[in-house]
Amino acid sequence: MENYGKSVYLLENQCKGCTNCIKHCPTQAIRVRNGKAVITTDQCIDCGECIRICPHHAKRAKRGFIDAINNYQYTVALPAPSLYAQVNHLDDVNILLTALKDMGFNDVYEVSAAAEIISEESRKYVAEHKDQWPLISTACPTIVRLIQMRFPNLVDHLLPLITPAELAARQARARAVERTGLEPNQIGIFFLSPCPSKVTAANSPIGHEKSDIDCVLAIKDIYPALVDSMKIVANHPEELAISGKIGISWGITGGEAGGLLSDSYVAADGIENVIHVLDDLEDEKFSSDLEFIELNACTGGCVGGVMQVENPFAAKAKLQKLRKYLPVSAVHAVKTYPYDANWTKEVEYIPVFELADNLKESMEKLNQIQELCKQFPGLDCGCCGAPTCRALSEDIVKGIAKETDCIYILKDYLHKLSDKISEI
Amino acid sequence: MADILEFTYEISDDDFTRAGEASSDVKKKLKKLGVSPDVIRRVSIALYEGEINMVIHANGGKITIQISEDSITMILDDKGPGIPDIDKAMQAGFSTAPDNVRNLGFGAGMGLPNMKKNTDSINIETKIGVGTKVTMVINL
Repeated sequence: MENYGKSVYLLENQCKGCTNCIKHCPTQAIRVRNGKAVITTDQCIDCGECIRICPHHAKRAKRGFIDAINNYQYTVALPAPSLYAQVNHLDDVNILLTALKDMGFNDVYEVSAAAEIISEESRKYVAEHKDQWPLISTACPTIVRLIQMRFPNLVDHLLPLITPAELAARQARARAVERTGLEPNQIGIFFLSPCPSKVTAANSPIGHEKSDIDCVLAIKDIYPALVDSMKIVANHPEELAISGKIGISWGITGGEAGGLLSDSYVAADGIENVIHVLDDLEDEKFSSDLEFIELNACTGGCVGGVMQVENPFAAKAKLQKLRKYLPVSAVHAVKTYPYDANWTKEVEYIPVFELADNLKESMEKLNQIQELCKQFPGLDCGCCGAPTCRALSEDIVKGIAKETDCIYILKDYLHKLSDKISEI
Repeated sequence: MADILEFTYEISDDDFTRAGEASSDVKKKLKKLGVSPDVIRRVSIALYEGEINMVIHANGGKITIQISEDSITMILDDKGPGIPDIDKAMQAGFSTAPDNVRNLGFGAGMGLPNMKKNTDSINIETKIGVGTKVTMVINL
């Protein structure tokens, strides 16, 4: 089984052991044990729903911090397109990009520029691979992990191209080497990310070996300093922007699909909606001439990431306004360095939800689960630490929970015990 | 020891949008069992067609799923009007679905053909005015 480091983790002293996260985890990867949430990392897809929902802020995303720029001779910031939607009244992207340099980065390379290249590659791939229709976008790593774990029949539909952030990192490094004459490893590539999922993807890439992203920063961490720097550089921005409408639109749902210049697509966002689409797609409920499906784990797309600052709907409005007067695509006006956007490593089904590794044993376990489940009240209250009575039954069969974890069973048990004692 | 695992589902006729719940649940269970993705796909497609048929034509019914180490058997039992001409019903594109159903995009006459295509055997017992029992088997 593929093993990869996860970004989402628990701050134990802040966890109250409530049931909010276990109820909202789309893969049921969290349990409350001994009063604290425990994440089964194998099943975690880094969607960030638990971070979003936790009222005690006990869930965090592992990420890098800006001091890491001191580890490199030369650094390049890669702003995600959704970053542009976090600040007010931005009418010139160059102000934001110049501000990043003011913060300490030596250069910037827009992820939206690489996104325009990926849009072009996607158009070609979709046109040439009708047998794989509908192709499913792979820009959101959470979606790819979800499909790998829960939708084995859809793995072949994944668009086998690297993410815009990854391509941006490769282009940025090549450009930096050319500009500075430094060795590639003396250059630090910093991705400014909307979500924990991209942190995980940089640590354990999907579809290729090592990532060219050296460090992932959270947009919300750099935001205060960015706004200050923007005020400083507002009157004398450098000409740094190299992307247009198609690239910047990747920050919101429908942007990636729009870049295909075809109207045969479905675009969905929000993890539950995405699961609904994938379920129906697996049952072949979508038309067979559908070309493309864009899926984003967060509501609104990347503007809805848990490491953002702005309300996703307000951010979307800002992005739409910003892109209005931009050229359709601009990356072609600048030099691009040789690249291969194709996946170079197989992406396979990861069967984390299987009960056992052979059918006989699995059947036995499933049978036990069914029988156990009948005993529980079916309230799915979560008091046992599992999200549903069924999940508790499964945990018991797996040997990681016991029947008396259910407070109703425990109550009955205590009644019987006290009856027995009174008989003595 | 469970040589055969059995699950049953009551299919109600009153809500179109609920059709597919049984196949969706069976799909989840098969994934837990580690059944191969291709078999899961075939089961889920055949069963979904069957569920829709039961809702459209037969006012619901009962689905029984039996899983053994060698095969998955799906039994769809309804008390509907019965099928007058099975050969005709098995033809791709033949449909007796009413207009309101077709307007929803169902009733294209592919139900039984798709069930046949995705299973290793299909047996239909039907009696006019009494009901229909479809038994489909997929070998493992």
